[in-house]
Amino acid sequence: MTATSPNTSASANGDVSGVDIEMVDVVKTYPGMRKPAVDKLSLHIPAGEIVMFIGPSGCGKTTSLKMLNRLIEPTSGTIKIGGEDIRGKDVDQLRRHVGYVIQGGSLFPHMTVAQNIGIVPGLLGWDRSRTAERVDELLELVSLDPRRYRDRYPRELSGGQQQRVGVARGLAADPPVILMDEPFGAVDPITRQRLQDELLSIQEELRKTIVCVTHDIDEAIKLGDRILILQEGAQVAQYDTPEAVLAAPANEFVEDFVGAGSTLKQLSLARIDDLELAHPTTAKVGEDCAEVRRRAEANGDKSVVVLDERNRPVDWPWLRELVGRDRIPGDVDETLMTLDRRATLNDALDTMLTSRHGAAVVTGRRDEYLGVVNFNAVTDHIQATEQQLSEQQLSERPAGEAPEDGSAG
Amino acid sequence: MSTAEDTSAAAPDTALDEAAAKPGNARESRLLLFVLPGVVALVFGAWLWWRAIADLDSIEARQLEAGLIMSLIWQHIKVTLVSTAFVLAIAIPLGIALTRPHFRRAAPVAVGIANAGQAAPSIGLIVLLAIWLGFGFWTAVAGLTLYAILPVLRNTITGLQGVDQTLVEAGRGIGMSGAGVLFRIELPLALPVIMTGVRTALVLLVGTATLVTFINAGGLGTLIVTGITLFRYPVLVSGALLVALLALLIDWAGRVLERVARPKGI
Ligand SMILES: Nc1ncnc2c1ncn2[C@@H]1O[C@H](COP(=O)(O)OP(=O)(O)OP(=O)(O)O)[C@@H](O)[C@H]1O
Ligand SMILES: [Mg+2]
Repeated sequence: MTATSPNTSASANGDVSGVDIEMVDVVKTYPGMRKPAVDKLSLHIPAGEIVMFIGPSGCGKTTSLKMLNRLIEPTSGTIKIGGEDIRGKDVDQLRRHVGYVIQGGSLFPHMTVAQNIGIVPGLLGWDRSRTAERVDELLELVSLDPRRYRDRYPRELSGGQQQRVGVARGLAADPPVILMDEPFGAVDPITRQRLQDELLSIQEELRKTIVCVTHDIDEAIKLGDRILILQEGAQVAQYDTPEAVLAAPANEFVEDFVGAGSTLKQLSLARIDDLELAHPTTAKVGEDCAEVRRRAEANGDKSVVVLDERNRPVDWPWLRELVGRDRIPGDVDETLMTLDRRATLNDALDTMLTSRHGAAVVTGRRDEYLGVVNFNAVTDHIQATEQQLSEQQLSERPAGEAPEDGSAG
Repeated sequence: MSTAEDTSAAAPDTALDEAAAKPGNARESRLLLFVLPGVVALVFGAWLWWRAIADLDSIEARQLEAGLIMSLIWQHIKVTLVSTAFVLAIAIPLGIALTRPHFRRAAPVAVGIANAGQAAPSIGLIVLLAIWLGFGFWTAVAGLTLYAILPVLRNTITGLQGVDQTLVEAGRGIGMSGAGVLFRIELPLALPVIMTGVRTALVLLVGTATLVTFINAGGLGTLIVTGITLFRYPVLVSGALLVALLALLIDWAGRVLERVARPKGI
């Protein structure tokens, strides 16, 4: 399934729909404060990338972010989005083309889900039917069934669902740039992981420029194409890819902050994508049960993954649960935990621990089934990485200090 | 006035604790909603019945004649509703203005003045205005309006101040104009609190409108005054009873309005 809106159809091919952002010597001094909250921040954010702002509390992340949509006006300095100085634009017009997503979703409680999402299209003068179409499309994109959810009020949604709607609202008018301030800060870890996965798969499709504030280093590593680590006064401590930040922290501050060096951090770097997936027997909803069981037994499987008409996993029953059934039932197992292929090994372990199969179903774009990841695949990968790392360390060490077993592996 | 104090104290609670307090509250207010008009109708019916069979002298009979009663009730309602309209037209825009950044600091002063308007004895206020503006309907409206601005003004301010500022910022952040945020987010969310103020004002006005008979503006107060000056207790009690019934009915209407106006989803 690709997005049907004319705006996004091009980006479905993986074209970048974002634009770049340039900050030059940006300063913000709040009235009555002696030291600036943001002191001469210069930054280039390439089009189509996710940049994560992270740093200790009060270091100026939110201030830096809000200057990008002029919720806060800089004291001095220049900000350009897509090459255009944002000061030259009408603020409301500017903000309608810069998505804004906040912690908890900040949905308007007296408006339905559809009304919340439809605000910006409405402000841009889209007609009713185009807006309605767009709302449904976005709800699908954030994994909410439009028929079920579009007419609900925010208080009738869980925290994670509210946050999804918040993301959909930010994407509504297909803005090239999206700003997020701790978007997943208010939900539980499992939900957060799912939302992160969803954001990644949405991003894969849309290729926006996303600037996201977080205080969770694992989130920064997972989501960021680049991480901006800030110190007091929004001083840049390091601005680089997650791999580089972990492998070569610029200074002690960064090292302490990211907890670099620990092998376990590598778990946040490695993706499911890097693993070999297992391919157990699958069955379609409505298929003949006897036939499915024959197939599974021939493969030596004790369970089958059930897929719906759009190839999305809905259930993962043991064969014995299918005994006495005629057709594969279409009931959705709400507790079935799936992993996006861009989820980290960290997430994979979390999910497996709660799965009754000791493994997890992996999905790709639009929740389509890809395969299954099991515990062994993860541990094998960790061992391989560890070995690789120690080899690297050995080869970097001066020859004289190399231990005797240095040639092993 | 204790009524106004109560509302202002209760107002933020209604906005914030609604979700938690809902089940009990809802049952109670639903009961009021259905039972109250029935009770009013019953008592009014009983009074009509008494009026038909009572042994009245000629003065009493003239004072309680159906046409006259109807016109007094109508005068009473008219002066109440017109004053309410003025109260809304003044207090709500004023309340909005006093919560905008430019005028925020003037809010306590304005509430103080409105407070003084209400603290002044209502009869004094009305009579003073009459000396200045002359007797009659519009003077009555002016006096009543001044008298009832406070609850609506105060609840408008409280209601708007109670709106979650992150929602306001979210609205601006996604590109709504200041006016857009005010009309589509702030006012709808503040509406329940504002409506409570409006209901308080209505009840206040329907009671105080009894006094406008002193400046020749009619209303049910006329029955009470006549009853006292002519020592006709049936007339006096009828007047008091009808005012009480009207007040209950107006309060009921206010509650209905509150329910209807409450945005869904909050
Ligand atoms: N409106 C304001 N007026 C005055 N000072 C402010 C204002 N907003 C923020 N500050 C100050 O500016 C500094 C940076 O604040 P900012 O909100 O950008 O921090 P942050 O990095 O987002 O922190 P956190 O992780 O806690 O959200 C802080 O010292 C804060 O106290
Ligand atoms: Mg912040």
